[in-house]
Amino acid sequence: MATATPTPTPAAAPGGRRTWRTLPVVLQLRQSVGLQRGMLVAGLVLTGIFLFTAIFAPLLAPYEFDQLRDANGPFGAQAHPSSNHLLGTTVGGYDVLSRVIWGTRTALAVIVVAVLLSFFAGVLLGLVSGYFGGWLDRVLVVVCDAIYAFPALLLSIVVAIVISGGQSSLLGGILAAAISITVVFIPQYFRVVRAETVRIKSEAFVESARVIGASNGRIMARHVLRNATRTLPLILTLNCSEAILTLAGLGFLGFGIQPTAAAEWGYDLKQSLADVSSGIWWTSIFPGVAIVLTVLGITLVGESLNDLADPRLRGRRAAGDGPPPAGTVEPGGAVVGSGLATGMPDAPGAIEGYSA
Amino acid sequence: MTTAEPMNTVVDISDLEISFATDAGTVDAVTGVTLQVQAGEVLAIVGESGSGKTVTARSILGLLPETARVRGAVVLTSKDGSDSQDVVPLRGSALREVRGHDAAMVFQEPSTSLNPVYPVGWQIIEGLRAHGKYSRKEAREKAIDVLRRVGIPDPEERIDHYPHQFSGGQKQRIVIAQALVLDPGVIIADEPTTALDVTVQAEILELLRRCRDDFGAAIVLITHNMGVVADLADQVAVMYQGEIVEQADVRTLFSAPKDPYTQQLLAAVPRLGQGVEHTRARAARRAEGWAEAAPVVEARDLRIVYPGRLRKPDFVAVDGVSFSIRPGEVLGLVGESGSGKTTIGRAIAGLTKVTDGSLQVLGAEMNGFKERTFRPVRERIGFVFQDPAASFNPLLTIADAVAEPLVVHKRAKDGGAARPRVDELLEAVQLPRAFGDRYPHELSGGQRQRASLARALALQPELLIADEPTSALDVSVQARVLELFDELQKELGFAALFISHDLAVVDLLADKIAVLYRGQLVEEGTGAEVLGAPKHPYTQRLLASLPVPDPDEQARRRTEWNALRE
Repeated sequence: MATATPTPTPAAAPGGRRTWRTLPVVLQLRQSVGLQRGMLVAGLVLTGIFLFTAIFAPLLAPYEFDQLRDANGPFGAQAHPSSNHLLGTTVGGYDVLSRVIWGTRTALAVIVVAVLLSFFAGVLLGLVSGYFGGWLDRVLVVVCDAIYAFPALLLSIVVAIVISGGQSSLLGGILAAAISITVVFIPQYFRVVRAETVRIKSEAFVESARVIGASNGRIMARHVLRNATRTLPLILTLNCSEAILTLAGLGFLGFGIQPTAAAEWGYDLKQSLADVSSGIWWTSIFPGVAIVLTVLGITLVGESLNDLADPRLRGRRAAGDGPPPAGTVEPGGAVVGSGLATGMPDAPGAIEGYSA
Repeated sequence: MTTAEPMNTVVDISDLEISFATDAGTVDAVTGVTLQVQAGEVLAIVGESGSGKTVTARSILGLLPETARVRGAVVLTSKDGSDSQDVVPLRGSALREVRGHDAAMVFQEPSTSLNPVYPVGWQIIEGLRAHGKYSRKEAREKAIDVLRRVGIPDPEERIDHYPHQFSGGQKQRIVIAQALVLDPGVIIADEPTTALDVTVQAEILELLRRCRDDFGAAIVLITHNMGVVADLADQVAVMYQGEIVEQADVRTLFSAPKDPYTQQLLAAVPRLGQGVEHTRARAARRAEGWAEAAPVVEARDLRIVYPGRLRKPDFVAVDGVSFSIRPGEVLGLVGESGSGKTTIGRAIAGLTKVTDGSLQVLGAEMNGFKERTFRPVRERIGFVFQDPAASFNPLLTIADAVAEPLVVHKRAKDGGAARPRVDELLEAVQLPRAFGDRYPHELSGGQRQRASLARALALQPELLIADEPTSALDVSVQARVLELFDELQKELGFAALFISHDLAVVDLLADKIAVLYRGQLVEEGTGAEVLGAPKHPYTQRLLASLPVPDPDEQARRRTEWNALRE
């Protein structure tokens, strides 16, 4: 049972492997039923809207993010929603709708950079640390534990100050935000990959590679890495939503990106603080809703993927619906000796499905 | 079977159908099973893994996962015959009432079926608490009593011990005590001895026999070991692909099996003494001067010690073992778990460090070896692992995995270039070429182990180490793999170290048998010598404990074993 077999599916059967149906997310969508499917679909729709808005922001937004006036003169500050400004304008005189739409781009850029950086750094460190062990492993684990001990946002602020030093260019701002998020996220990837590597290192197939005489580099790349990254997509999605929150937090505290460099929801929220008490609702509600919906969407996707990846949490259609699949039953095809240890039945099909 | 008086029938299963909802759709695990268990009788359900035997037995306790759908009736009658009900529709408290009281379960792995954080007494008393009112003192007395009856020494004291303070066999006794404490009408024992050593297995079987004779419990015994069936069972039901193909009393089944599947199953069971002829034939074929050839493996006073943790003494896994394997010779290494047999195999492959003494492998000294200098020697060693499912990288196709040694040792540039050779190898182990494109999980256990053999032989090694290569396989599959191993050995002439806990399997293949006991080599010789006239008391005990697949013969051996025990 300890073997890490990719979840076998009908599509993984001989003849039809590796089609678009077996792609991540698509596969999970096909597997899910009931409430889990609802959660996943809702998450995918929200995330889809977010991505669509980010990509087509220039076409969707009526104005530029830093535009204060048009042919008819200045927009004016804190204007009510109207036909010219569907969601009104901010205290600084920006169009709220445009700021919200352009904000998706900033959020996306930060997510991509932050997650990519932490992903590669964390995975590499975790792999090396877990595989070789020894003093390097101990030092890295202590460093990562130390980073965990800091409040994430506080650490991000420190890093943001160190990197940008108060600068506010677009690239500088995004990089500062992304790197400060990266520092917080690396330990997560590090931990997961390291734990998996330590486990896989003692698996029979790694020993078998050692007996064959494969070098350490080859074993790490070919046998350990690919088997260690299975849970990473889940962390990845969850980290995306966390990245947005951290970015918004930084902006809210004034360590984010300046309004002239890019639109950023956290900054807009901060500016609208004073408006709330004077009855100006449109400046705070919309950036806030944008943050909530984006985070909700990505979290829903991540959580449902998490549930679906675990056969014990995954709901299934009741037995008896649909025809029994032909040719998938393989008597003696699975290692069943431990059927009890895992609490799973001695049924061939069930074990096939559970052997992930 | 249906003529039995209804009063005596404790379990009456009729037209049972169980199907599971899986990712691959609905899978029928059991189709149309009808069975009766009479009071005070042992019914053995035998079959391969996946035949539905466990699921059938678990349905008696309603112990099926949520994804299961059950049709048919499982009527459970309480021991005194006063109460009788269908378990299938039961839920919640009604089901709990039945569990433990009318039917109890003994699990396969005693080390995982006891909760490590509670004393064993507490766990036995838990069952009592669930089914009646007992004062603390009464419950404790009852638990002590049942512990004594299952043969735990000093039960008054040991009742407060934790599971880790007991040996594997004792833990299984405690699990049986847990099942017996409420005096159930039927005990379901799911492979109760599979995880145990042969000598311990014999004792647990003896205990189960007493459960029947002294406690009057009926036992549903699930097993794939025909020797165990011959030893314990009164009735036997053979299951295949979710159906019962044959049901008979134990003598009839072993002497005149009717169904072809049963015949095949019985024929596949390895029996002691089969190998003698075989060994003689092999010895006759050897060339002159073979005995003088330099051995491929030579161990002298080999000692392997696992360093203990803080303030714990070191563990001596192998203690002063000397043996040698000459070219083309098969040495069978037999021993129980913890005897050091796997450690020796791993040391030869350079996976475990040698502490003391000398171990020469193909001319290289393993005491203080360096990976860099040993790597060229690795080409000449093949290794077959115990669990074929775990020894393949799940993300590589079989062809890639088999090509791996070729690529690593630069015989081929990549997997594609090695493909012709891989196809040859797959054919040599009787797998269709097309299997090369499959992933390990798409193969059955036996097919995977054959692929594993193909990988081990890819570089035409001079030495093959096989570490329990068939212990994870079903009997019928095991027979085919062993046959293949023998054929390949004959053809390619490699020397082999064949490690197993099963004397009968080793006897089939090995030229010489070495018996390990607690890290020491207690006996070495040809199959005829070791199995025919064992000298060391441990070997004698080991031989006597091995149940043979013949009820009458086994009954005779049991008396011998009892005599030996005293």
